[in-house]
Amino acid sequence: MHLYAPKMYSYAPMSRAGVLALEDGSTWWGEGFGDATNAAGEVVFNTSMTGYQEISSDASYNGQMVVLTYPLIGNYGTFERAAESRRPWVEALVVREIETTCREGTIDLDVYLRGHGVPGLAGIDTRALVRRLRSAGTLRGALVQVPSDLALDQDVARRAVETARTTPALATRPLVVEASGVEREVGQGPKVALLDTGVKENQVRCLVQRGATVRVFPATASAGDVLSWSPDGVVLTNGPGDPAATPDVATNVRLLLEAALERGTADPLPILGICLGHQLLARAIGATTSRLRFGHHGGNHPVQDTRTGHVAITSQNHEFQVDEETLDPRSGFIVSSRNLNDRSVEGLAHRILPIRTYQYHPEGAPGPRDNEPVFTAFMDDVRDAVARR
Amino acid sequence: MKVLIIGSGPILIGQAAEFDYAGTQACRALREEGIETVLVNSNPATIMTDPGVADTTYIEPLTVEVIERIIHAERPDGLLATLGGQTGLNLAVALAEAGVLERNGVRILGTPLAAIRQAEDREAFKQLLLDIGEPVPHSVTALSVDDALAFAADNGYPLVVRPAYTLGGTGGGFAASEAELRERVARGIAASPIGQVLVERSLLGWKELEYEVMRDAADTCITVCNMENIDPMGVHTGDSIVVAPSQTLTDKEYQVLRSSALRIIRALRIEGGCNVQFAVDPDRAPSSDPEATMPYYVIEVNPRVSRSSALASKVTGYPIARVAAKIAIGKKLHEIPNAVTKRTTAAFEPALDYVVVKIPRWPFDKFPGADRSLGTQMKATGEVMAIDRTFEGALLKAMRSLEIKGQGLLWEHSGWLDVNDPAEFLARVVAGPATDDRLWRLLAALRRGVPIAHLHAATGVDAWFLRKMAGIVRFAEDELQGRTPTPALLRRAKRMGYSDVDIATLIGILPADVRRLRAQWGIRPVYKMVDTCAAEFEAVTPYFYSTYEQENEALPLPGPKALILGSGPIRIGQGIEFDCCCVQGSEALRARGVAPIMVNSNPETVSTDFDASARLYFDPLDEESIAAIAANEATEESTAAIGANDAGQEPLPIPVLVQFGGQTALNLADRIDAIGGRIAGTSADAIGLAEDRRRFHEFADSLGIPQPPGGTAESLDEAAAIADAVGYPVLVRPSYVLGGRGMEIAYGRDDLERYFHHALDAGTGRVLVDKYLRGREVEIDAVSDGTDTLIAGIMEHIERAGVHSGDSYAVYPAQSLLPAEREEIVALTRRIAEALPVKGLLNVQFIIDDERVWVLEVNPRASRTVPFLTKVTGVPLADLAVAISLGRSLASEGYARDDGLWPATPDLVALKAPVFSMAKLLDVDTYLGPEMKSTGEVMGIDRTFAPALWKSLLASSLAPAPSGSVIVTVADKDKPEAVPIIEGFHWLGYELVATAGTATLVRSLGLPVTEVSKIGEGDGTILSVIRSGRCAAVVNTPTHGRTVDRDGFLIRRAAVEARVPCLTSLDTAVAVVTGLRASSSSYAVAPLTEYRLPSVVAAE
Ligand SMILES: Nc1ncnc2c1ncn2[C@@H]1O[C@H](COP(=O)(O)OP(=O)(O)O)[C@@H](O)[C@H]1O
Ligand SMILES: Nc1ncnc2c1ncn2[C@@H]1O[C@H](COP(=O)(O)OP(=O)(O)O)[C@@H](O)[C@H]1O
Ligand SMILES: [Mg+2]
Ligand SMILES: [Mg+2]
Repeated sequence: MHLYAPKMYSYAPMSRAGVLALEDGSTWWGEGFGDATNAAGEVVFNTSMTGYQEISSDASYNGQMVVLTYPLIGNYGTFERAAESRRPWVEALVVREIETTCREGTIDLDVYLRGHGVPGLAGIDTRALVRRLRSAGTLRGALVQVPSDLALDQDVARRAVETARTTPALATRPLVVEASGVEREVGQGPKVALLDTGVKENQVRCLVQRGATVRVFPATASAGDVLSWSPDGVVLTNGPGDPAATPDVATNVRLLLEAALERGTADPLPILGICLGHQLLARAIGATTSRLRFGHHGGNHPVQDTRTGHVAITSQNHEFQVDEETLDPRSGFIVSSRNLNDRSVEGLAHRILPIRTYQYHPEGAPGPRDNEPVFTAFMDDVRDAVARR
Repeated sequence: MKVLIIGSGPILIGQAAEFDYAGTQACRALREEGIETVLVNSNPATIMTDPGVADTTYIEPLTVEVIERIIHAERPDGLLATLGGQTGLNLAVALAEAGVLERNGVRILGTPLAAIRQAEDREAFKQLLLDIGEPVPHSVTALSVDDALAFAADNGYPLVVRPAYTLGGTGGGFAASEAELRERVARGIAASPIGQVLVERSLLGWKELEYEVMRDAADTCITVCNMENIDPMGVHTGDSIVVAPSQTLTDKEYQVLRSSALRIIRALRIEGGCNVQFAVDPDRAPSSDPEATMPYYVIEVNPRVSRSSALASKVTGYPIARVAAKIAIGKKLHEIPNAVTKRTTAAFEPALDYVVVKIPRWPFDKFPGADRSLGTQMKATGEVMAIDRTFEGALLKAMRSLEIKGQGLLWEHSGWLDVNDPAEFLARVVAGPATDDRLWRLLAALRRGVPIAHLHAATGVDAWFLRKMAGIVRFAEDELQGRTPTPALLRRAKRMGYSDVDIATLIGILPADVRRLRAQWGIRPVYKMVDTCAAEFEAVTPYFYSTYEQENEALPLPGPKALILGSGPIRIGQGIEFDCCCVQGSEALRARGVAPIMVNSNPETVSTDFDASARLYFDPLDEESIAAIAANEATEESTAAIGANDAGQEPLPIPVLVQFGGQTALNLADRIDAIGGRIAGTSADAIGLAEDRRRFHEFADSLGIPQPPGGTAESLDEAAAIADAVGYPVLVRPSYVLGGRGMEIAYGRDDLERYFHHALDAGTGRVLVDKYLRGREVEIDAVSDGTDTLIAGIMEHIERAGVHSGDSYAVYPAQSLLPAEREEIVALTRRIAEALPVKGLLNVQFIIDDERVWVLEVNPRASRTVPFLTKVTGVPLADLAVAISLGRSLASEGYARDDGLWPATPDLVALKAPVFSMAKLLDVDTYLGPEMKSTGEVMGIDRTFAPALWKSLLASSLAPAPSGSVIVTVADKDKPEAVPIIEGFHWLGYELVATAGTATLVRSLGLPVTEVSKIGEGDGTILSVIRSGRCAAVVNTPTHGRTVDRDGFLIRRAAVEARVPCLTSLDTAVAVVTGLRASSSSYAVAPLTEYRLPSVVAAE
């Protein structure tokens, strides 16, 4: 009795086997999906229960393979509104189970990834994998796909481990430049210059919704390019990789900061830094950054405002943190918020000037929308600056 | 600081064990903070009322008067009202309105009263939502039928009627026409304590979602969990199959609803937890328009800990009630440690790396004739939950956990079997209102190839779930049916969640073969931790679920340990009492240096709290799962200790305690024994001997233990022959059931014939026929080590035999036993305990008839009355049972007595009273009989019988109003016995109202009476009197047997719906008259421990 439409539900035996090998020598066999290519990169995990498309298309993941801890991935398909950039950036997606969608007007995650040449691995004990990453810290890994008759093949696994171990570190790739998009301008209102080091589209949306003209500058744009547009405010956005490994961008950030400091309260230039933007600004004032053991990736991190005591639930995605003890008190900046789980720095604020940075993602996507007021406050600063002129 | 906590009282449909869980957590959370706690609850079968949970515990009726007296005596600073369900909440509102709180300077802690009112009052809530711009369905708040009709005139049908301040949707429902609207609104207004209903646009078929949110006084808000109902709007969430977290919402949609829930909890200024329910357009498209808003409506908010919050706590490991209690005393979320990770705080949102499915458990197996359709009024008595890494796994495990005999995954109703055409199946079986077996209907439809789109259209169930179900069905057909098992196939089947039993059935081998093959091929489940954080942080919680994956996180616990089998979902006949015993058993093990390991599938309970045991396996209670857990806990030493095992069997060296988890656990004894498990305490064979009515009969005969004469019949003629031999009336029941199911009293051959007709319909061949002895029923709970036996107490029922022991008022100590009878009861109990032999708990039911003591039934396990007796006598029954199971003796525990009976405390009388949920089960007849119908119990305790009785009536809502009319309409056979009752009510000042026959009787006594016509005999009928609001009580006894007693049925139902006490047993009626006489004199209100101190009482 077979009266179903064909391919209604796929529980079919593996068509393509895949193995994820880690530099610690462990191998994780599963079933390949998405594009039939191999991949390599750092392996990190994300604990969000929804938002796999937003995660996949977050350019901060350039160079990383992402393990999703929620086991069922793909349930509601993919669609334009959930894309945070022009393409998925993860090197590979690793899941317990890949689902087909039942929502009209959506595209299966499998198809979406395949369309962009991104591979995936399903059917593995992702919880066991995450427990390993948690205790070992972020590891390099390689995903190798083979025909299913080679599943569990020792040689394949050994070679994959080799690849994992020889995968170059993140710093050697121009991750930010790869992730950056083309110059464009959207919205209507005061002029906000956004330095695109891998921006998540929802930041642009949040700014435009609050009445900004957003000019998106590529990461290769110089501080001069930005300032010559005479912006009313500047956004330093998120992006992939180690903040210490992008000297050119760092220089521009420093120049922008200097411009803002110079203009002072008389003619303020508000700056909003998010994630990588926050880290770059911290480095520009002389602080250092370092790697967290396994990063913060998820939508449930509690962050406390050091001044009001208010606690917010935030969306996070970063490997690096600002080292609080290296922050020069004479810089004029204070730590404005901290992560309640590990006390790491979650935000900086200038004592006087409207310069504020956040380690977390106030735009959510995925994750809570509780922190969108960050954009409102920034746009208030921008309008205020315009009014003073 | 001193805090008064109000419990939720008896278990009712819509308000079950989850509030014992919440209250227990709250008491512990407050004591941790050094706060003195005073607890009041009328339900003795709760862990929260156990010694050591609160500082002072009152087991008293939950009325304004009683609480006021407690407040006077205790002088608490604050009142915690949001942990006792709707009962606690409504009582707090009543106390505030009566000025009691203000007069005594008692503050409401946590969520302020104004917020409670604003959330519970349907009109105020609607206004609040409109003010903050949240979408609400178009509606009107109606205080009369006319209000509703006017709204309908403008808006058309169908409409939904939702009463304010009620529980589990009581009194609500859909109206598709004016006639229906009139009826629903009238009923709803009657059900609402403030006479208010909301009449609103029907959103039938919309997706229903719930968010559990928390807020502290500093305005930090978090979402603990969201849950998606598989059954869409129109089926009460308590009756819906629920999955957590939501599966079909995009992140955008998830966040829209999350933000809305947080806006609402902020607007209400709730300090603690609340539950927000939403309806979402099922056909919404994921839009590419950035500004697009998702169509949704806010349906309801519960400003308190609820069934859903208990479920969310078990789903996530986040203890909502505990955190809510701490917030109530002013703690901030980030100041409360996360008990699971120890390193993080309560200010975060749990991340799940598994899927949870909850399935309700309905009482329809008890009420086969009842209307099984599901609507806005909850009908389920309990629920099961299962956790797995896939939806299929969780769903199938939850189905296994339901324990509906014979109703596994592959079950189909006999009426569906010949409907094979998909279109016809859709029309005949699937379409129409939802029913309790809809899941099976859907699976059957998928087997017949009904397209998913059609099923979605007919039921509103999201296509995603249907596709998953189709996958389960197709796997059976394509891969399992008639195949040869291979390691790869078995592994895939287990990963999909198929049970050994289903695999065996489909392949055509025995379940034992599947188990053997799995052992041989190393296909066994691993156990993963519920850690609130998806493994991001190291966690210390001992809360595990089974799944078929790679890594096992539950390595065997070191040292001595024992498994306690829980009692599964709450159902009529197996309620919270058994959970209470399990937790007490667990505490006893711990106290004796043995690590307790709990297995249970019920998310509502204390036993599934992660700190109730050393380790919790949240898994089904069946052979497969217990065997796997026992094998997982096996260590080399423990295995070596029990020596060699049969080939092919995994060693199961862990002792298993089956005597606490009710019939569920007990029924597993012989199977665990058969696969090499170790039953601790009474052996599997002794259990079998007591449980199998035939074996027990022979055994009893051989010991000279009198049992009601009777026999087993395979045909009507045989039955009639037995009945003739022993004399009518006889009690008949199918031999396959152990509980009082399908039990009836036959007064003559007619009744027998009808019964046989019925029984054979139901597919039973054999029927037990016993002489019906209408004597006094007496019950004992004892503990025995096989040599010594201690009876903790003898309870006598108010109602004579024929009313199920669970539905009777039971008095401790027995009030009218002759010394010889008492001695006989002790002697019989000892003889049974020693001969079986019993090593642990034992419950025996007796009938005293004609000065003879007959043994009705022996249950070698904890009974319903163990928590009650433990509380009133102080004999730690569960603890002693554990000691004996571990090899100790009563003598070594200091509890062996020569006379075998624990002496009753002087000046203490306690009654256990049944409580029914009949308002929810619309077409169930409420008369009392040998089949149990009650869902919960309360206790009335005092120094003498009459006030204790009165309190038990008050607490069980059977106390009549102080004045008004009493309707008496009794069957002819009962008329002589009704005389003192009629006189009693008359002399108490009630106006007597009766139907013709009974009125003649009243007049013959020389008493005034208003005669009313029966149903359908014009105006001024009996029903209108019942509904008049002046009716204080109805005394109605059913006519013999089950002759269609339509009038009686309507009378009894009308009484239930008008919330008028309805007495269907004359024994209860006599008690009510006695209680009323005592009501004018005062009753005591005192902590439980004080009643047990005779000296103090005497001094007063
Ligand atoms: N407007 C409506 N249209 C359709 N169904 C509704 C509507 N409002 C409520 N319901 C259904 O009725 C159920 C019970 O209503 P609710 O107000 O939540 O009662 P309770 O207070 O008992 O939880 C809900 O779970 C939902 O399925
Ligand atoms: N022979 C009998 N005579 C009178 N009443 C009986 C007899 N057998 C059973 N009953 C009544 O039926 C009730 C249920 O019977 P029981 O055997 O205890 O079943 P269960 O297993 O449900 O407890 C008893 O509590 C008693 O009131
Ligand atoms: Mg509700
Ligand atoms: Mg019984």
